[in-house]
Amino acid sequence: MRALLHRHVLSGDRPGHPAVTALLILLLLALLVVPFAVPGTKSMAAASRIAILAVLAGSYDIALGYTGIVSLAHAMFFAIGAYAVAIPLAGGWVGWGAIGLGMAAGAVLAAAIAAAITLLSLRVQTIFFSMITLAVASFAQVLATQLRGLTGGEDGLSFSLPAALSPSFHLLPGRVLGVRVDGRLLTYYLILLAALLLFLLMLRIVNSPFGRVLLAIRENAFRAEALGFRVIVYRTLASALAAAIAALAGGLMAVLLRYNGPDATLSFSVMVDILLMVVIGGMGTLYGPALGAAVIVLAEYYLQPALQGLADALVGIPVLPALFNPDRWLLWLGLLFVGFVYFLPAGIVGSLRRRRG
Amino acid sequence: MSDDVLLRLAGVHTHIGRYHILHGVDLAVREGRLTMLLGRNGAGKTTTLRTVMGMWRASAGLIDFAGAPISGRATPDIARLGIAYVPESMGIFGQLTVRENLLLAAGPAGLHPGRLDGVFAIFPVLREKLHQAAGTLSGGQKQMVAISRAIVEERRLIIVDEPTKGLAPAVIGQLIAAFQALKRQRTTILMVEQNFHMAQALGDDVAVMDDGRVVHTGTMADLADDDALQTRLLGLSLASHQ
Repeated sequence: MRALLHRHVLSGDRPGHPAVTALLILLLLALLVVPFAVPGTKSMAAASRIAILAVLAGSYDIALGYTGIVSLAHAMFFAIGAYAVAIPLAGGWVGWGAIGLGMAAGAVLAAAIAAAITLLSLRVQTIFFSMITLAVASFAQVLATQLRGLTGGEDGLSFSLPAALSPSFHLLPGRVLGVRVDGRLLTYYLILLAALLLFLLMLRIVNSPFGRVLLAIRENAFRAEALGFRVIVYRTLASALAAAIAALAGGLMAVLLRYNGPDATLSFSVMVDILLMVVIGGMGTLYGPALGAAVIVLAEYYLQPALQGLADALVGIPVLPALFNPDRWLLWLGLLFVGFVYFLPAGIVGSLRRRRG
Repeated sequence: MSDDVLLRLAGVHTHIGRYHILHGVDLAVREGRLTMLLGRNGAGKTTTLRTVMGMWRASAGLIDFAGAPISGRATPDIARLGIAYVPESMGIFGQLTVRENLLLAAGPAGLHPGRLDGVFAIFPVLREKLHQAAGTLSGGQKQMVAISRAIVEERRLIIVDEPTKGLAPAVIGQLIAAFQALKRQRTTILMVEQNFHMAQALGDDVAVMDDGRVVHTGTMADLADDDALQTRLLGLSLASHQ
């Protein structure tokens, strides 16, 4: 049973350390039961974001961790997918077709743009390639804010989803385990299912012969060429695949938020978050970015309340309540990152795998 | 030395940046023989191999493989003609397993069990290391993987750059035995080697380079018998390295 699971579901990619296996099982179980175990909008929003950002960070890992492509335009592909879903829905086409077509169009457009950027600029050195992607991402930000008629500008686009995904829709009368089976719950599980399938697809990609070639290219492009592999073709394909999957994640984010705007998917802080998730989780591991997404989202959602609780508990002790003031959450978030990088330099999964040898 | 030439370089010049490294290399590698490329450090041996593989573009001159010009072609295209390249410094992919390293070299058809058995016959230790990450192997085993990658598919020419570099004498003995097995299969090999014992044990033909040119060609046996020639060409004699 375990062998079948490893081979056919996880594409032969073993977590590589009992602690990683435990963390992944814990994460999956938590995502599955959150709506019933911790009912509430905030917990479901956090869980949904973890699922979507695990896919987004995983897609970035295909480019960065598996192929060695240091792109700073990945958030742009995420935004392309989100806009591709948001634009038809906000335009009044409220239907499953709008979501499906938007997803497909976003993925194709993102893949085409990624392929074009890669083909045109991969022959330049890494740092210059990164600068080119940064410039393209900045241009996209300007474009998104200037094309108000299409994108809603700075305000973004709000829209309704098909009736089955609206909070007023009830699939079953009454409650199940104390929770209403409404459109919000359906949306959550739809996003979770889609994210899970996309993650398994990424596992399949990186563990395929194609994925092995990507690893070989990352390690030594010259040697890969000497074996007959056209590095530029493989890098372009990897880049396009990563962008397409990021766009699909963007589409899911638009469905979750019922909104898309520059701050939600396109801003540079989204790109920084993606980088942090991959670095904290472990580059080139795919499971790592999923865990990194969980760390970042949980910190963003629950660090402030946790600090508040700590500060309340420490009332009367000099200095400490001020130190744990929730307004200082970014300071603690920064320290958390520094701690991860210092104690787990290869990320959570990478460092644990190394310790096991 | 004409009809059976598989690889021929004629007047090949190579520039790397503003440096002029090869100054008109003339070289012929005969089919079914092991041609040893010798020379002092910095003579241009590795650059010659890399120029053949298209990693450095020849700025002038001709490179023919099996009668067809290959200078100016991209490295993957040259590799697909049936030329395997084993770079110096144990050129393996350390993160991949031994099997994955071999799979990469085997092409789309995958590993042929017969060829894999042939690899294990030459390097038995790799059978038990097949699923181990190549980066965790010893230096000698890494070199075995690198050579295995070149022979796991049928190749017309194998180019090997300093296979014994940094290896212990016991491992060098194993490599000599491996290349002798390949020679018995009439595999055509062009090898750069600094270890004169290995060069003498394996070489059929020899080309000696100096200052970006081939300054001597002949048989390895003739060079091995001529101490004065060795001293003139290489600065020392093979006898002193026995």
